[in-house]
Amino acid sequence: MFLAALLAGCAGAGSGGPQPGGSTAANAEAPTCGTEPVVLNATFETGFDLPFKLSEEFTRQYPNVTWDIKQDQFQNLINATPRLLSGDNPPDLIRLPTMVSLVKDGLLKNLDGYAAGFGWDKWPAAQLAQNRVATDGTRGSGSLYAMGLNYSLTGVFYNKELAAQVGMTKPPATMADFDAVLAAAKGKGILPIMVWNASSSGGGLAFPLQQLMAAYGPTQPINDWIFQKPGATIDTPSNLQAAEHLERWIKAGYFPTDANAIQYTDANARFRGGEGLFIFNGDWENANYDKDMAGKVGFLIFPPKEQGGSVAAMSSPLTYGIAANAKNAGCAAFFFNWVATNEQARKINVSVGGSNPGGPADLAIPSVASGSVTNDTLAAGAKVAESNGAMDFIANATGSIFAQGWTPELQKVVGDRQGAAGLLTAVQAEYKRELEQGS
Amino acid sequence: MTANRTVPAASRPTRSDQRPASWLARRVPRTRGARRAALAGWLFVLPALLMYAVFVLQPLALTIQYSLYRWNGVGPATWVGLSNYVTVLRDPDLLGTVINSFKLVLFYSVVPVTLGLLTATVIHRVAAGRFGSVTRTVLFLPQVIPLVAAGIIWGWLLSLPGLVNQILTAVGLGDTTRAWLGDFDTALPAVGLIGIWVLLGFCTVLLLAGMSKIDPALFESARIDGASWLQEFVSVTLPSLKYEIGVCLTVTVVAALAAFDIVYVSTGGGPGNSTAVPGIQIYILAFLERQVGLASALAVILMLLVIVMILPIQRLSREDRS
Repeated sequence: MFLAALLAGCAGAGSGGPQPGGSTAANAEAPTCGTEPVVLNATFETGFDLPFKLSEEFTRQYPNVTWDIKQDQFQNLINATPRLLSGDNPPDLIRLPTMVSLVKDGLLKNLDGYAAGFGWDKWPAAQLAQNRVATDGTRGSGSLYAMGLNYSLTGVFYNKELAAQVGMTKPPATMADFDAVLAAAKGKGILPIMVWNASSSGGGLAFPLQQLMAAYGPTQPINDWIFQKPGATIDTPSNLQAAEHLERWIKAGYFPTDANAIQYTDANARFRGGEGLFIFNGDWENANYDKDMAGKVGFLIFPPKEQGGSVAAMSSPLTYGIAANAKNAGCAAFFFNWVATNEQARKINVSVGGSNPGGPADLAIPSVASGSVTNDTLAAGAKVAESNGAMDFIANATGSIFAQGWTPELQKVVGDRQGAAGLLTAVQAEYKRELEQGS
Repeated sequence: MTANRTVPAASRPTRSDQRPASWLARRVPRTRGARRAALAGWLFVLPALLMYAVFVLQPLALTIQYSLYRWNGVGPATWVGLSNYVTVLRDPDLLGTVINSFKLVLFYSVVPVTLGLLTATVIHRVAAGRFGSVTRTVLFLPQVIPLVAAGIIWGWLLSLPGLVNQILTAVGLGDTTRAWLGDFDTALPAVGLIGIWVLLGFCTVLLLAGMSKIDPALFESARIDGASWLQEFVSVTLPSLKYEIGVCLTVTVVAALAAFDIVYVSTGGGPGNSTAVPGIQIYILAFLERQVGLASALAVILMLLVIVMILPIQRLSREDRS
């Protein structure tokens, strides 16, 4: 009864009608924050310094702009975003966990006008693609509804000391080489791959799985599936090979036996403490790895199947949007432009965020302290861009495909209650159910 | 058998206590004084009633209303009749959560009440003094600790490098160590164990309070009649504690069926769906999938389930009142 009451109480708070005005495209404009006092109403994600540091620097350069910042955990933002956007005081800037449903409900400002005005549409197209939503509700093309403060990259971090012990002197050039290193580590009693796979953090095995998918097949069908293109499926022959490969890794004992009970923070703490040769993760952890494993951590892109083949990686923007009814939308758009183009902002972005700041292709990426793993991730990002291998994350295909599909099914594979084929069938069925039942 | 008649009268309000109330109810309209008393009564109740209506009844009605619509919480809602209920009853994953919550009843309810009875009896018989109150306090402490904190700490204790496995290894049971909350076979019992730890103290203290109200003469006469410990327990203690046991069962069964915090923090419903309970599914459906209608339908079904489970317990524990 409590649950019923609680649920109704929470849901009731957001029972505003559909908001008008979000989906109409604006004319080209490049506003500024003016000279009058402006208070930007922002909602940031707890635990990540970057937006806070950027906002401080912005106020230093534009003293008429001050900030009213609210912050919350990412998980809570997923619940709260629709209500914040449709509420009486809609945020000028907000960290967006998902986009499509918010766009459908007309809660997000269409940024096409700003993109034309500021010239964002001349930046490398891949940067903005993930933040575009078409009129049929698919992502990847259409109008722009959000911007990335930076562009993260995932791949494989490795412990340099353990790598030396197993004789890995240079990054493996092919998937077979990578397999050989895993086997060598196992043979020496070194845990080959640290991973988190507990429900509370989500199934981290999805990271290596997606890298294997991109090694066995092209990235386009994977992105189509994530962007909900009609008829897209994850249950393809090459993805099956990838899932079978992952299953072999699990059976060979390349992951911790307690993977299903390991949470994200524990996995990273154990990796930093020297447990595990590899960990599949993203450059947002650079600063933490640098701190605890200074000079002892490296980063590599997951190798292709054949030598010299194209490489791929999950790369996604740190997505921020503007509420459809935001009071200071123009100033927020100016902030987006400033983050990507201002030299000081780009420096902060790389040193604090650890990720590529994006922006115009002709702007150099600020330099990083030598010995930082950020050098490796930025170099890797350039290679991924070269081979056009950027993918969004398979966990982001729908609001709950991670919680209801990937995580439980990957846990079953670890617990030997699900096979590679069953994993893909089950996730595809869940994907279909969510698209059919969802609004 | 005297126990059955006398003890309830001594341990809690009975028919004779209730009589004035019903007498008043019948005669209220007839005298001005009584009418004013009734009005005053309503005025006293009004603030609580208002809160109850706003924070319980209205959300309840809204949940039932939402359950008949397809709605994402923000956009327009579409009337779908009972189809959300059909979906819940047909989806094996959603029904599976209901089955899991019934398994949790065993750990959250049956074990704590049984163990609570034993513990309370032992404390009542042999440790009534300071030792008894220390035991009571220690057992009751988990009630004071926020469940989320308890879930996190138990998560550490039950992890592969955790204390539980360290102890097992130390006593030579190294072969049995595992990630208790990450293993398909042990995750649900491990979550149940946390529930036992939380609820045992509550049951013990409540039952002990009930025992202390039993007329000592009954135990004395049972002993004079040569009753064994077991006979005394079955014929004197148990019947006298019917009401307290009823309360324990009610609270713990509701805790099991509506479980959320401990499960969410310790396992999140995993591995697989082995510890998924309706509370977690409602949360995921409403806030991750944004299917407020479907989530509401599951919530209403959960509420009905709780009522169906609780009503017989209430009837049994109160039956000799009417």
